[in-house]
Amino acid sequence: MDNFIAARSQMALSLGFHIIFSCIGMVMPFFMAVSHFYWLRTNEVVYKNLTKAWSKGVAIFFATGAVSGTVLSFELGLLWPEFMKHAGPIFGMPFSLEGTAFFIEAIALGFFLYGWDRFNPWFHWFTGVVVGVSGLLSGILVVAANAWMNSPAGFDYVDGKYINIDPIKAMFNDAWFSQALHMCIAAFVATGFAVAGVHAVMILKGKNVYFHTKAFKIAALFATVAAVLQPLSGDVSAKDVAQRQPAKLAAMESHFYTEKSASLVIGGIPDLKNKEVNYAVKIPGMLSFLAHGDFTTEVKGLDQIPEDEQPPVAITHFAFQIMVALGMIMLSIAVLYFIALWKKKDWLTSRWLLKLFAMATPMGFLAVEAGWTVTEVGRQPWIINGIMKTADAVTPMPGIQYSFYLYTAVYVSLAILVVFMLYRQIKMVDKLYDI
Amino acid sequence: MLYVVIAFLWTAILLYLLLGGADYGAGIIELFTSENNKAQTRKTLYRAIGPVWEANHMWLIITIVILFVGFPDIYSRMSINLHIPLTIMLLGIIARGTAFTFRHYDAVVDDMQHLYNKIFAYSSFVTPFFLGIIAGSAVSGKIDPAATDFLSAYVFSWLDWFSVAVGLFTVTICGFLAAIYLIGETDNEKEKKMFVSKALRLNIAAVVCGGLVFIAATLEGIPLLEWVFGNAIGLTAIIAATLSLALLWFLLFKGGIGWIRLLAGFQVTMILFTTTVRHFPNIVILKNGGYLSLLEHRGHDKTIEALGWALLLGSIFILPALFYLIYSFQRKRIDVH
Ligand code: HDD
Ligand code: HEM
Ligand code: HEM
Repeated sequence: MDNFIAARSQMALSLGFHIIFSCIGMVMPFFMAVSHFYWLRTNEVVYKNLTKAWSKGVAIFFATGAVSGTVLSFELGLLWPEFMKHAGPIFGMPFSLEGTAFFIEAIALGFFLYGWDRFNPWFHWFTGVVVGVSGLLSGILVVAANAWMNSPAGFDYVDGKYINIDPIKAMFNDAWFSQALHMCIAAFVATGFAVAGVHAVMILKGKNVYFHTKAFKIAALFATVAAVLQPLSGDVSAKDVAQRQPAKLAAMESHFYTEKSASLVIGGIPDLKNKEVNYAVKIPGMLSFLAHGDFTTEVKGLDQIPEDEQPPVAITHFAFQIMVALGMIMLSIAVLYFIALWKKKDWLTSRWLLKLFAMATPMGFLAVEAGWTVTEVGRQPWIINGIMKTADAVTPMPGIQYSFYLYTAVYVSLAILVVFMLYRQIKMVDKLYDI
Repeated sequence: MLYVVIAFLWTAILLYLLLGGADYGAGIIELFTSENNKAQTRKTLYRAIGPVWEANHMWLIITIVILFVGFPDIYSRMSINLHIPLTIMLLGIIARGTAFTFRHYDAVVDDMQHLYNKIFAYSSFVTPFFLGIIAGSAVSGKIDPAATDFLSAYVFSWLDWFSVAVGLFTVTICGFLAAIYLIGETDNEKEKKMFVSKALRLNIAAVVCGGLVFIAATLEGIPLLEWVFGNAIGLTAIIAATLSLALLWFLLFKGGIGWIRLLAGFQVTMILFTTTVRHFPNIVILKNGGYLSLLEHRGHDKTIEALGWALLLGSIFILPALFYLIYSFQRKRIDVH
């Protein structure tokens, strides 16, 4: 494995790992806050138990999220020193603010996890909400930094020099809003479906049904509302990408030739040699509409992008198709759930609905990983879109592949341990809580 | 604003050394506690650092963020030449943080606990050791930007007697800080005695390792003696630290945990102060005699301005909350179930 590929793989691995924990860190506090709120309001012990059970799971995820995040802030320099040397001062603003958000999150978490029966109950509840809000805020900030890589702003690039730097403008680059919005909703979709799915499985197994039903309800409501919003925000993202990164859009859609009334390609296998997509469903004019809001507008194809500036088409295309397909499946489940809530109450207790949720357990997180693959691979070969190539940013240190193997081993073991630990938490629910 | 940023950088490093250091030290103490006392020590330790460990480690992140936003040349130079020790330190951070949490939150108590305990204790040793190595190599003058062969660019940049001695010194300081901190965290008289004796032994170890650092510096041709004793400010600080050492030993037998903690913190602050004040603003010394300077190798003015405001703004939120956290859990001792 050559150094450059190893560095990219290690970055992808670390981020792909971290994102799972950060999504949970952003969203679970809200689930807990709801359950905690019910406990304080109704005095029903099941909600107290649920809040405590969740918070134990969350503590495990938090620790893993915090250490993997710490690793990331070093890795940016360890793997891409040339990038950080120039980009650091420009896109660093969100990171410096994020430091504050993390700090508040860590402090509030200390209060929340260790504060049971020690503080005024509503103060204790409030610290839990603070964990969620500051988590969300840090997610938004770090995504704003990533958005800057897609849509560089806040400086002038003259003769290889970065001048007239304005870190505030860099933070509010063109992509920050659409990306941050889409990411926040994605976190709710992913965590919501994962949590709802796990509790659905337990209900199906007939274990502690009362407890798990309460849990399922809270998670499912968040998940389904977010799943309805997500395609809408995805549409905003797509329009945005069409404006700022036509090459990415073309790769996502395997859109080889520039044309008017471009058709939307669904599924299919891109054939790079003959520049066509086999076995795909095509809807004429739809791509033009989705990208520019008009069925006839011209959409740039890969033919207008120099050969050496094209992103890997197949990966970007597949990743995009996977994300959208998963988004559609989760949307359908959400719609069924709403019908059940409003019109067909008897569906709520039926097994098939729970089975659907059980099936959807990993879907949100798969969509998150796929979505980030679209964003990151679709930007290649650039690390700063149009300004700096990824290959020019990599560390001169040889032998990164060994570091990659090491990290892979560590992250795989950690993932196994976290799952193992979660399994034990769930298995022990009836022993730990009197229900 | 530049000086505000530098002050934050220094303070973040100091707080990481004090708070993060005590946190690592707790693991080091566990490593050197006899088998029969380990279970009790673990309980005290959990009670003492459970609520604050995440917050303690935020200082490292703040340090890194200040470096890469404000002083990108320094950050990228260190990232390149110190890649190996940084990676080992990171693996240590991962192992330690997760093992600490897992061992408490694992719902089933079985043999896995041994694994968590081992990982926690050993990584608590390895991580500050490599942190010390990294700090040592920043000033050892072994980082060579022009080196082309692997060994001199990526290995001998940090592997030398001086940096290793600084690593050991850091480990003993962490252990010392933890012992001092833990004395006040236990109600068990026997355990209290144990921490007092550990604090004394670790204090002696720290003095010995400090001596080793000077010897190693002489071997490697680093003018450490001159840095520390060569100017009035540094000298005063070192004398103050030494005098306070005697006072600390006296108090260790007389009690008064607040004063003891304050003195230990004071000593470590003085050590960091002396070692940094002399070659300020040059925080990295290169092989060719060049420097990476906080004043010259800084980001653009606008960036520093924004960073400074972000830090000031952040501390308005953070500091009161952090004090309240530490205060609450100091007063309302928490029990571990
Ligand atoms: C639960 C997860 C999830 C789901 C169901 C979807 N997405 Fe997504 N998508 C993400 C999770 C995600 C993400 C992981 O959060 C990304 C990566 C970067 C980002 O900002 O969001 C993303 C990126 C992303 C991008 C690239 C943005 C960029 O590079 O700036 C586009 C165009 C879309 N999405 C569009 C969609 C559409 C049209 C969907 C329709 C169903 C959709 N996404 C569902
Ligand atoms: C957490 C969600 C993220 C995931 C899953 C993710 C995924 C990836 C992947 C797959 C790559 C490799 C692309 C390739 O080389 O083909 C990559 C590269 C990279 N990402 Fe991201 N990314 C995420 C967020 C971010 C953020 C927030 C930042 C910075 C602020 C970032 C910075 C980078 C950098 C510097 C590289 C290496 C250069 C490059 O390949 O362009 N990423 N990431
Ligand atoms: C889209 C990508 C990312 C999102 C949404 C995200 C979000 C989050 C969130 C919500 C947390 C706190 C929750 C937890 O501790 O589990 C967190 C932790 C952390 N993240 Fe990320 N992050 C992303 C990528 C990155 C990158 C690229 C870096 C490094 C430059 C980074 C650095 C950190 C650090 C240092 C922590 C630890 C903070 C702590 O101790 O609480 N993150 N991240």
